[in-house]
Amino acid sequence: MMTNPTGRLTQGQFSFLPDLTDAEITLQIEYGLKKGYAWAVEYTDDPHPRNTYWEMFGMPMFDLSDAAGVMMELKSCRSTFPQHYIRLVAFDSTRGVETIVMSFIVNRPAVEPGFGLVRQETNGRTMRYTIRGYEAERAEGERYRR
Amino acid sequence: MATAPEIVGNSTQITDKKKRYSAGVLKYRQMGYWDADYVPKETDTICLFRITPQEGVDPVEAAAAVAGESSTATWTVVWTDRLTACDSYRAKAFKVEPVPGTPGQYFAWVAYDLILFEEGSIANMTASLIGNVFSFKPLKAARLEDIRIPVAYVKTFKGPPTGLVVERERLDKFGRPLLGATTKPKLGLSGRNYGRVVYEGLKGGLDFMKDDENINSQPFMHWRDRFLYVMDAVNKASAATGEVKGSYLNITAATMEDMYERAEFAKDLGSIIVMVDLVIGWTAIQSMANWCRKNDMLMHMHRAGHGTYTRQKNHGVSFRVIAKWLRLAGCDHLHTGTAVGKLEGDPLTVQGYYNVCRDSYTKQDLPRGLFFDQDWADLKKVMPVASGGIHAGQMHQLLDLFGDDVILQFGGGTIGHPAGIQAGAVANRVALEAMVKARNEGVDIANEGPDILQKAAQFCTPLKQALDTWGDISFNYTSTDTSDYAVTPTASN
Repeated sequence: MMTNPTGRLTQGQFSFLPDLTDAEITLQIEYGLKKGYAWAVEYTDDPHPRNTYWEMFGMPMFDLSDAAGVMMELKSCRSTFPQHYIRLVAFDSTRGVETIVMSFIVNRPAVEPGFGLVRQETNGRTMRYTIRGYEAERAEGERYRR
Repeated sequence: MATAPEIVGNSTQITDKKKRYSAGVLKYRQMGYWDADYVPKETDTICLFRITPQEGVDPVEAAAAVAGESSTATWTVVWTDRLTACDSYRAKAFKVEPVPGTPGQYFAWVAYDLILFEEGSIANMTASLIGNVFSFKPLKAARLEDIRIPVAYVKTFKGPPTGLVVERERLDKFGRPLLGATTKPKLGLSGRNYGRVVYEGLKGGLDFMKDDENINSQPFMHWRDRFLYVMDAVNKASAATGEVKGSYLNITAATMEDMYERAEFAKDLGSIIVMVDLVIGWTAIQSMANWCRKNDMLMHMHRAGHGTYTRQKNHGVSFRVIAKWLRLAGCDHLHTGTAVGKLEGDPLTVQGYYNVCRDSYTKQDLPRGLFFDQDWADLKKVMPVASGGIHAGQMHQLLDLFGDDVILQFGGGTIGHPAGIQAGAVANRVALEAMVKARNEGVDIANEGPDILQKAAQFCTPLKQALDTWGDISFNYTSTDTSDYAVTPTASN
C-alpha cells in the first residue's frame, strides 16, 4: 500500500479525485475530440515514474469523432488486462505542440504496493538513488496477481 | 488633453552632405534619426519607447534623440561618420504619438537595422537599446514599452534549454497546470529542516518545490547541505507517489565558477532542474542556459530585481520586453505574475506576458500591452510561473486566466495549512484536478468555481480546511502598470 495521502499511484490528471465513472470519462474524451486530439489507450504492469512507454492497446484513434469508439476500446482493454494500469492519452498534432496534451488513469490493480527507494552511498555524502517497483521484481504479465 | 504638437510631416533631415557634416551641433532630427516616411524592413528591430521630454523639448526631436543615443549618435557632428555606411547604423524614429490620457508623455517608434546587434547576444542588444539613452538629459523619463524582434535575429538564439513541451514529456505530466511551492521560511532553516518541507510538499501532491531567490549559501545552510537533503526528499517523494518530482536548486552565486560548481553537483545528485535569479545578468543567463542544454537540465528563472525597472509606467523597461529577451536568452520557467495574488499585476497586462512566453506567434493586442506582432520562428516556449500570495480558493480564477501551461506556486498556501504541509499540498492538488475536470466537462468555472471547490471539499477535508482558512483572502489594489492605448474603431465595428 502506498503511503502518500491518496494511497495509490498519483500519475495522470485526476488521480487525486474519486475514480471517474464511465460517463465522466466520456465527457473528457469528448472535450479532447472537440479540440481535435487523437485518443489512445495504453496499459502497463510497470508504472515506474520513468517508464515512458506503456504498451499501446491498438493505434491512436486519429479519425474517430465519437467518444463511444474510445470507450469501446477502453472496455476491451479492461477486460483483457483487468489488473493492469490503463491510461487514456490524447495527442495534439498542432505545429509547436506535437505531444501528449491529456493523460489520465482509468484502471488500476486492486492492490498498489508502489515503490521502494534504494540508496547507494558514494563519494562524500553523495547518494545514488534508484526507485524500484515492488511488483517489478516479478516477470512481465505475472505482476499484481494476489 | 493637450493638443498634439506638429509631429508628422516630412523628414527634416539635412540632405546636403557639406552642411550635414560641417563641425558643430545639429538637432538629432537634422542628423537623420527622424524619418516620418520610413517603412521598417522585415529584418528591422522595432522599439516602442514611452518618452517624457523636458519642458520645451519638441517630442519629435526627443524621439530622434532616443534613436540617436541608442544607435550611433554622439552630441556633436563627427566627420568619421563619412568613413562608414552611416545611414545603415542610424536608428530611425518614424512615428510619435501622444500617450492617450497622459499629457506630457509620447510613444515613439524607432527602427534598428539588423547589422546593429551581435548575433545571439542579449547583452549587446540591451547595451544599445537601454544603454546611455535612459540617462539622456533632454528626457525626464523613458520606458521601453515593447519590442518587435525580427525573425532573422530570433533565429540567432537557441532559446529555452528544454521548453515547455519537452519539460512535460520529461515529467510525464499533461493536461493540467503544474503545482509548486516555495520552501518557507526563506531564511534560517538548516539543510535537514529544509528537506523536511520539500518532502512533505512533494509527497502531498505538488510537482515541484522551490528555493527562494535569496537562498544561496548563507551561514545557516551551506549550499551542498541543501542540495543533499533536498535530493533525498525529492527521491523519497517520487518513490512514495510514483511520479517524477523536482525541486529548483538555486545555483545563483558570486561568480560563474561558483555557479558551474553548484550546477555540476545538482546534476551529480540527479536533480532535473536548477534555478537562477535574474540579477545574475544577461551573459550569465545565456551561459547557464548553454550548460543546461548540454546537461538535460531544466532552468528556472526567478525574476528577482525586475520590479526596480518594470513597475513604474514612465521610466524603465516593461516586463513584456524582459520576457521576450529571456525567451531568446533561454530559460524554461519564468515568474510572470499572478494577477490575483499579492504582487503587482493587472490581469490583462499579465496575460500579455504569458502570451510572450507561450505563443508560436504573438498577435498585436493593445489591451494586453502588446504593440507588435511577433513571429517566434518555432523558438521553444517558456513555462510561465504564477507565484506570490495565491491559494486554493482562487483555483478557478487562475485556471481561467492562464490555462494549462503554467506552474501555480502556493508557498504560504501550502506550508501555512492548519493541518500541515502534506494537507496543504493535497488541498491544492484536489482543487486543481477538480477544476480542470469541471472545465473539460464544459462547466463555466469563472462563475461556478466556488461551488466546484465546495463540492470537492466534501470528499477532501484538507481542501475544506484551506477554504475555511483563506477562502476570502484577496489582494485588491489598483495596479501601477496598466496598458495605455486608445480604442480605435475598425471597419467591423
